[in-house]
Amino acid sequence: MPFAAYVVLFLLVPTLIAVGSGFVDESGVFTLDTVAALGNPVVRDAFAASFGLSALTAVVGAIVGALACYGLLGARENGPLRAVVDSLSGVLAQFGGVMLAFAFVATIGIQGLVTVILRDTFGVDIFADGVWLYELPGLVLPYIYFQVPLMIITFLPALQALNPHWAEANATLGGNRATYWFRIAFPVLAPSFLGSLLLLFANAFSSYATAAALTSQGSQIVPLQIRSALTSETLLGRENLAGALALGMILVMFVVMSGYSALQARAARWQR
Amino acid sequence: MKAVAHTPTRLARGLILGSIGLLFAIPIVAMVEFTLRRGLAGGHDLSRWTALFQGGFAGPYRSVLVALGNSVGLAVGTVSIVLLLLVPTLLLVHLRFPRLRRVMEFVCILPISIPAIVLVVGLAPVYSVLARLLGSGVWTLAFAYGITVLPFAYRAIQTNLDGVDVCTLSEAARTLGAGWVSVLVRVLIPNLRRGILAGAFISVAVVLGEFTIASLLNRITLQTALVVVSKADPYTAVILSLLALTFAFLLLLVIGRLGTVRAGSRRRPTTGGQL
Repeated sequence: MPFAAYVVLFLLVPTLIAVGSGFVDESGVFTLDTVAALGNPVVRDAFAASFGLSALTAVVGAIVGALACYGLLGARENGPLRAVVDSLSGVLAQFGGVMLAFAFVATIGIQGLVTVILRDTFGVDIFADGVWLYELPGLVLPYIYFQVPLMIITFLPALQALNPHWAEANATLGGNRATYWFRIAFPVLAPSFLGSLLLLFANAFSSYATAAALTSQGSQIVPLQIRSALTSETLLGRENLAGALALGMILVMFVVMSGYSALQARAARWQR
Repeated sequence: MKAVAHTPTRLARGLILGSIGLLFAIPIVAMVEFTLRRGLAGGHDLSRWTALFQGGFAGPYRSVLVALGNSVGLAVGTVSIVLLLLVPTLLLVHLRFPRLRRVMEFVCILPISIPAIVLVVGLAPVYSVLARLLGSGVWTLAFAYGITVLPFAYRAIQTNLDGVDVCTLSEAARTLGAGWVSVLVRVLIPNLRRGILAGAFISVAVVLGEFTIASLLNRITLQTALVVVSKADPYTAVILSLLALTFAFLLLLVIGRLGTVRAGSRRRPTTGGQL
């Protein structure tokens, strides 16, 4: 089938090359040297930074997103509010990329709207200790900005699947709001919530565009390290480092996504 | 009427949605404000917007126009891959090889767990071979984008496919003497047009927003051109970004409408994440 050939050529082959090139040196001989480069302090720091950034933005995004989902529960499912929120979340979560970087330059850049207002009106200089927008801390806010919408997209269906009868049963048995949330809703929702959290983590871990547009020098996180390994022409054999980095990313993604699907399977038990 | 216990009160709902909405509006408002600035003199006007449109994208903006053309071409190419490759395969699997359905689902969802930045590492050698065979035109990127949009397009089309009794329809048409071609063109595709349309739209939105693969394979598309322009003229880059975001928003709004019209018939629980 042509489809199978297409998928093999443009999905399977690239993935295998990406992973496989981590294991060979310039002359094509099998080696573990490039994989050992993953132990290099620079690379280790990048992985640590990626982990930290992804974990932080995933947790904040999940909590704020879950709150937003709760707020949306009252809205009619086919109403205009839901339609707008759904589309907006889709745009921001999946297609923002480079443009979100611009948005944050306009907001908290050196001449950004919020920066200027804070400085001129409140006398607070957010860049008193140097400009951090173009470095690792600067990625946190833009990342949260696309994590929250993704949380809304993935978590809202689970929240909506909460059975109203459970609330009634709870009331019949003499429970109040607190018992409903802590004894019924939270335990039922926990797998979905954790699953979405993992998805958010994977999303932040693998995203490249926003970071690439925001930071033009330095490679603090793994995707940017791959960029510099791919584009550097000064150091020979760096493509293999890109392969090793790609291998590392795939491993992380594999673990995270396996956890995600296990949690989804667990969550599906209550969603019939 | 007493509300069900888990829905928020009106006040709580207003507070939550209001404050989150407000926070999320700030960057967008800042973008708009940024494009209205009048340089060092201060104050605000529309001059940058009018300059961009009256200038007819001349001079420095030409590259953006070329890039936009490239992106639109890529969107068309990607959509044709979805229509000519994905849709027939999904139908074939659904009708003739139901046992392959789980494999198909796995393959189509797989690109979500492979970051574009990883894919690009492996695509670089593939493309250097491809460049020798087909030339290094921008359009070749459509093959890579076909993979990127796979999960999105698959979800849209498969949901529609599950909601329509394709087997009965095609058997009925066959019994009445229709050939496979007319079954496909006159029976199946009209029944699946919502899913196909939604899949096509979401593919367009993905392609117009794609940056990673294009930038690392050194192809010029809308997003890479935006980054280049932003270095010289940040105002124009922000204006164009606003337009692109609005366009993507409208596309998704249309997809949403396509979905709600169908929703009356049958709703599938969305457990697998709607990516």
